[in-house]
Amino acid sequence: MRKQGNVWTIVRKEFARFFGDRALLFTAVIMPGLLIYIVYSLMGENIGKSHQDDNAGPTTVYVDNLPESLRGDFDSIPFQLVTEGFNAVALIGDSLADKEKNLIYVNFPPHFDSLIAAYDPMGGEMAPNVKIYHNSNSDNSELAYQTVKTYLEDWENSRNNMFDINANAESPDAEETFDMADEDDSLGEILGQLFPMLLMMLLFSGCMAVAPTAIAGEKERGTIATLLVTPMRRSELAIGKILSLSTFAMLSGLSSFLGIILSLPRMLNGDGVDIDFAIPYTTSDYLLILCVLISTVLVMVSCISILSALAKDVKSAGTLVLPLMLLVMFVGFTPMLGGDAPEALTAYLIPFYNSVQSMASVFSFNINPAAIGITVVANIAYTAIAVFVLTRMFNSEKVMFGK
Amino acid sequence: MDEILRVEGISKTFTLSKKQQKIERTTLRKKVAVDNLSFTANRGEIFGLLGPNGAGKTTTLRILATLIKPDTGDAVLDGYSVVNEEEEVRSRIAFLTSELKLEDFFTPNYLFDFFARLHGVPEAEAAERKRVMFERYGIDKFAEVKVQNLSTGMKQKASIVISLAHNPDIIIFDEPTNGLDVLTARTVTDFLAEMRQQGKTIILSTHIFSLVEKLCDRVGIIIDGRMTNCDTLDAIRDGMSLEDRFFEIYKTVKGGEE
Repeated sequence: MRKQGNVWTIVRKEFARFFGDRALLFTAVIMPGLLIYIVYSLMGENIGKSHQDDNAGPTTVYVDNLPESLRGDFDSIPFQLVTEGFNAVALIGDSLADKEKNLIYVNFPPHFDSLIAAYDPMGGEMAPNVKIYHNSNSDNSELAYQTVKTYLEDWENSRNNMFDINANAESPDAEETFDMADEDDSLGEILGQLFPMLLMMLLFSGCMAVAPTAIAGEKERGTIATLLVTPMRRSELAIGKILSLSTFAMLSGLSSFLGIILSLPRMLNGDGVDIDFAIPYTTSDYLLILCVLISTVLVMVSCISILSALAKDVKSAGTLVLPLMLLVMFVGFTPMLGGDAPEALTAYLIPFYNSVQSMASVFSFNINPAAIGITVVANIAYTAIAVFVLTRMFNSEKVMFGK
Repeated sequence: MDEILRVEGISKTFTLSKKQQKIERTTLRKKVAVDNLSFTANRGEIFGLLGPNGAGKTTTLRILATLIKPDTGDAVLDGYSVVNEEEEVRSRIAFLTSELKLEDFFTPNYLFDFFARLHGVPEAEAAERKRVMFERYGIDKFAEVKVQNLSTGMKQKASIVISLAHNPDIIIFDEPTNGLDVLTARTVTDFLAEMRQQGKTIILSTHIFSLVEKLCDRVGIIIDGRMTNCDTLDAIRDGMSLEDRFFEIYKTVKGGEE
């Protein structure tokens, strides 16, 4: 009875410490989410703006010797077309290289139609060459270049068309679908690579915001020794610390994650991409992620707490935790390195790696319940071991009072 | 005499790091902080451990407070062993030292409740005790001020009162007046005398002769981790001032080495 009571007393004190400290609450929980939201949203808006700026002036396509057979096609391109009354040398040497970049200059060989009609691909002679001068530093010039180039290549292909592959598959009124991946899948794959890494890093920084202060800091300030002369068990102190720190780190991580989720659509919308993030996942998906996250944050807080207990002050705790942070970051990147989630369930016994792979599997719609179960159970088991270790450390005079 | 503390042959050896070896100017890897120390203290008295810095006073008190374990020997406080029954010992003592601090962020009011809860004091009892103690030591005036904003004197008062939240019988106090201004030091010595009146046992360590002469009933002199003399204040003084008597003893002990 008393045992539970003491854990709860410690948890309540830690909560009073975190939630009562407005500055800490703001910097660790509210600010990360808010900052991410604002920065990402602004980035999105600026990306949108820069595209508009580029599109401001019209792009002009200057053409010399435009063949009659292509006149109809060129009239329909989405750029301003000029076929006479310009100085080609000035265009290339002066404007395109320097001043006015919103243009390209297309130079067909004279009598292009009869040239290609007479050309024999097997004859060994050079094929007639169309020159397109452009400036790849200008988005507009580059766009016009790519458009005209594709135009001409398509036109060339259509002249000796013998068969098609997936004809009309890209057009909106296509009768048949050939790419069987549904949109959720491809979105899931992207998110499955991105989100686990982001979540791991955000959770870790959440842990870093509180765990070193709460353990190494208390040791440094001499306040933990005051606790150690009370009849409370060391294990109660360890459990109380880990539970309260985990809750706080979780809130901090979720705040950042919320910032990302809310700002991502705005950021991507700025880029002209329209994806609705809420749709692809069900409540049970989110619950699974939450289970994995909670078990992960317990392991993270445990590891950081143990390292912090070893350190003599907050500063050296930061140094000790650094290698762990790099490791977690690296593990976070593993879904991006390609390859599917590991089949062997034993792989889900590896801390951090199991969390990343479990989250990736949920985000990419490849949920393996056994793997997630093992991940959560293993993480809780590691936390229990950590409580044991931390208890031993609180009991050790070398660790707590060594100088 | 009702014996409340019996220390039986405790020893404690620390391993020195290279840095500590330099500070101590020694090439020995081990430092014997406490060497086969024995003494007893009686209920309701103030027992003073007197000795120069580094003699092993703090180590002895830390062992009594169960923060560290002796390599050999044991101490029995109110019937409980500091080696095997730490939790029982901790619930019967208050341990005060400048190294144990209160969290800056909280108020004396919150911390009193917090420590009372950790000691398992019933709430009504804790509330009444808090009211009386806070009033007696004037803490009620700053009960809601965060520790970080308190003066050194206020902090010391708050520490003392909070350490007594569970009404312990034994108060272990390491260097009670070290680093305190005259006013605060006076508050502390008055407090110790008052606690004795209430029947509490106080074990303190100090290197200040006047403090011992003013407060202590019995004195143990520690030099180099060994108890050289342990008796009532008068018996130790042997008609001299405590300071003169101490240096006489010190010379006798050190004389053989120099």
